[in-house]
Amino acid sequence: MKHGIRVSVIIAVLSAVMIYWARTIQWMPVEASREAQPIDWLFGLHIDVITFLYVLVNGILVYSIIAFRRKKGEEEAVGANFHGHTKLEIFWTVIPLITVLFFAYLGTLVLNDISAAAADEMEVKVTARQWAWSFEYPEAGVKSTELYLPVGRKVKLTMVSQDVIHSFWVPEFRVKMDTVPGITTTLRITPDREGTYKVRCAELCGTAHAAMLGTIRVVSQEEFDQWLQGKQAPTNASELSPEELVTLGESTAQAAGCLACHSVDGSKSVGPTWKGLFGSERTLSDGTKVTADEAYLKESILEPKAKVVEGYPGIMPTNFGETLSELDIQALIAYIRSLK
Amino acid sequence: MKLGGRLLLGLIIGVVAGAVLYTVMRIILGMPAWAANPWPMVALALTTGSIGLLWGIEPSLGLARGLMGMVAGFVVGLLVTYVIRLVLGMDPAWKPEPAWVVGAVLGSLGFLLGVGVMTDWLRWTRGEKTPEQHGPPKGKPAWVRYFGADQNHKVIGVQYTVTGILLLGAAGTFAMIFRTELTNPGMDFLSADLFNTFISIHGIVMIASILMGIGGLMNYLVPLMLGANDMAFPRLNSFGFWVAVPGAILILMALFFGGWNTGWTGYAPLSVRGPLGIDFFMIGVFIFGFSSILGAVNLITTVLTMRAPGMSMFRMPIFVWAALATSLIQLTGTQFIGLSFLMVVLERLFHMGFYEPSLGGKVLLFQHLFWFYSHPAVYIFILPGLGIISELLPVFARKPLFGYKWIALSSMAIAILGFLVWAHHMFTSGMSASLRVPFMYSTMLVAVPTGVKFFSWLGTMWRGKLSFPTPMLFVLTSIAVFLIGGLTGPPLATVPTDLHLHDSYYVVGHFHATMFGGFVFPFFAALYFWFPKITGRMYNERLGKIHWFFQTVGFYTMSLYMMRAGLLGMRRRLVDYDPALGVAGFHHVITMAGWLIFLSVVVGVLNLAWSARRGPVAALNPWESRSPEWLLPSPVPEHNYEEPFEVVGEPYDYGIPDSVYVRMHSEPARAG
Repeated sequence: MKHGIRVSVIIAVLSAVMIYWARTIQWMPVEASREAQPIDWLFGLHIDVITFLYVLVNGILVYSIIAFRRKKGEEEAVGANFHGHTKLEIFWTVIPLITVLFFAYLGTLVLNDISAAAADEMEVKVTARQWAWSFEYPEAGVKSTELYLPVGRKVKLTMVSQDVIHSFWVPEFRVKMDTVPGITTTLRITPDREGTYKVRCAELCGTAHAAMLGTIRVVSQEEFDQWLQGKQAPTNASELSPEELVTLGESTAQAAGCLACHSVDGSKSVGPTWKGLFGSERTLSDGTKVTADEAYLKESILEPKAKVVEGYPGIMPTNFGETLSELDIQALIAYIRSLK
Repeated sequence: MKLGGRLLLGLIIGVVAGAVLYTVMRIILGMPAWAANPWPMVALALTTGSIGLLWGIEPSLGLARGLMGMVAGFVVGLLVTYVIRLVLGMDPAWKPEPAWVVGAVLGSLGFLLGVGVMTDWLRWTRGEKTPEQHGPPKGKPAWVRYFGADQNHKVIGVQYTVTGILLLGAAGTFAMIFRTELTNPGMDFLSADLFNTFISIHGIVMIASILMGIGGLMNYLVPLMLGANDMAFPRLNSFGFWVAVPGAILILMALFFGGWNTGWTGYAPLSVRGPLGIDFFMIGVFIFGFSSILGAVNLITTVLTMRAPGMSMFRMPIFVWAALATSLIQLTGTQFIGLSFLMVVLERLFHMGFYEPSLGGKVLLFQHLFWFYSHPAVYIFILPGLGIISELLPVFARKPLFGYKWIALSSMAIAILGFLVWAHHMFTSGMSASLRVPFMYSTMLVAVPTGVKFFSWLGTMWRGKLSFPTPMLFVLTSIAVFLIGGLTGPPLATVPTDLHLHDSYYVVGHFHATMFGGFVFPFFAALYFWFPKITGRMYNERLGKIHWFFQTVGFYTMSLYMMRAGLLGMRRRLVDYDPALGVAGFHHVITMAGWLIFLSVVVGVLNLAWSARRGPVAALNPWESRSPEWLLPSPVPEHNYEEPFEVVGEPYDYGIPDSVYVRMHSEPARAG
């Protein structure tokens, strides 16, 4: 019995210390959605139980290694003689069973909570493709390459994919859902912290999977309304200074996913680099040569398959005409032009 | 002719034959005889050159004949496809994908015919009778039998194990390549496509390696433990091993055909669109699967019908229970991964719309079929390892196994539950939301039999007299590492927390912990433990402990940091990551820990390889085990037990005076 008492005391003390310590660790990224709170609470509960069981098993393991090791002069000694203990076996079958069922029950509660619909939720359509995200606000009739969300309002994302499976994950929001060709999937998020985040594709989707990032801006309701209005009545390129146009082009390139395949520093990637592109002479896959002027660039954005540069696969998506506004395209060309 | 002359001759003939073959094929297929890219010809010439070298070493090697058969099968497949397309007037007549697929299938068949595992069966179809083959081929050195179709379960066990270690080395090397790329953020030396190829091939070759490893343990040990002289179906056993070899070769060949970019999971529709390498990968897995299914048939039959007198099911060594549970999963599950991959290949070749929505297919169908095998597969990988832990602990604790029946039945419970949980891989897949809660409950149940095993192991150690040679150290780390893998599972099984963790590095860390705790550490424990039995020699204890120490430290560090990075938002399968997540430092540590594991395994394998020839002669029963195989001389004679034994007691009654597990008929008492 003395071994049992000793190891129980060690485990009790050690697990209390370890659970306390584990609670001080910031396991997760910052919480930026209402859904994150119950998820983090549940995860914290998991960590408590994991820590306790970790200490329990390792405590007995290490204690046995020390206390029951074969000492000098015990070469022929043997262990105690018992084959098992049915009541103990039943005990450690039933207690874990109750524990995991309890966690499954909590999981059900939290799942129902975070996936519930709200009367005033806003719908945003999400379209994923290799390797970019685009968004549409059906009520306002606005399309965008960045996801603007008003803080504190539940948003229902209805998601489709145009090619292969992708997965919508914003670690700060905690929840994720695949976008699947052929079906529409749904994800509900209530952002509650203003800031800029990234949606990161979490399902391996081919060559540029790692670079499949989209920008999310969680802003105040007023700022959101302003942005939406601005999108409805697009600004004219001529109203912006050349520098503003280049800056806009840079952020558009980032948000539309262009940079997943086109480098801006001359390095080779899935598509041709943009550095030094403007005004250069291009050799096409059919052998003809063209000069990369404004008209060529615009055509290559809207109809990428019309002129494919020699040595490249010609796999650029063909629907940028739907997601990019005239201003976006002007800005992109201005940005490419600036990359000498 | 002398060996040197034969080697040179074989090499020259092989290289010339490869180059000529390549050129002739190009001419037949209507291409210019000389290609601008010389590397395919060099690769083929080197392959045939190596086959020539093998032939030069020993003309009767089954492996050399099998490889020649494989090359011939490929040639026939390419030509047949070309001719069929030509006759049917299809344009173009030479289309690489269908030609290589037919070549891969016929190549595998050619390998099996060449290696000789079907010879007896073919003769039977002609009404001939063939005797079972015993001992090495007549007039040949003894080692020749390890490179050909041999029917002895111990030879086949060694073939499985050594192939498993070779594949472990290959898959580990792939891991080190992409792990080094990940040391720092940014693209360093791999392109995105190469990175994706390496992570994919690392995964599937590791799985192949594990299947070979458990195949080795089960084939070598189970007949010995049961008191049988061989497996129930020796020819099927030989076929089961050799059919895995062309499967593995096809998987490795994928590297040279554009690789593949889908991960080992091969999710459609990405896999329907990927490069030619995907066909090689998927056909390779399909053919490899025969090995699992046929090996399982054989093992189940052996366990059910060939036990020694007196060995009731609950008096079998506990490892046999684990092997039985694993085989039941292999027998019933493997077909599903084969099916899911076969349908991808058919969709690629004939546009059959299984998965692509534009062809009327369903994307989620693939995942359901795939995980119906690939989740239970995880239990195929770990159950034998957990059986090794249960088998070795009583030996080194010198006391009975705690709760034998509970441990035995928990393996069966895991095998059955394993088939009810597959959709927990699909919580974020967009499948019907009403399925998520039931699969959360069923998945949680797996924790219960797993917990029974842990507590029973602790009960086995409690108040024992523990000693710590290398196998015991590996057993203890197995428990500690599998504990990490097990405990980090429930947050993945709980849907709300899984919504964050899914497809993150947390999963990567969790999965590697279950594989290392459930297979890699117990596998090495078993290798060190039965090494004196298999080779008759002892490994170097100090090197064994060095191997153990660095693998343990390396692995603990690696898996914990992987999980930590995943919680912070690190996604799986990324060639490049965002330093803003704050995980760059973690990746540094993970890479260093990975190298530590890799180098420690190299030390371990070198130790075993060297000791097999030069180690000191081992004592008859160095661990004082009660298991019957230790009553035999080492290495074990051709026919195992000269006389049958009878089971008269419990297997693990260590330390109980006068208790006996088995009694040989000739000698009345011999206790452990």
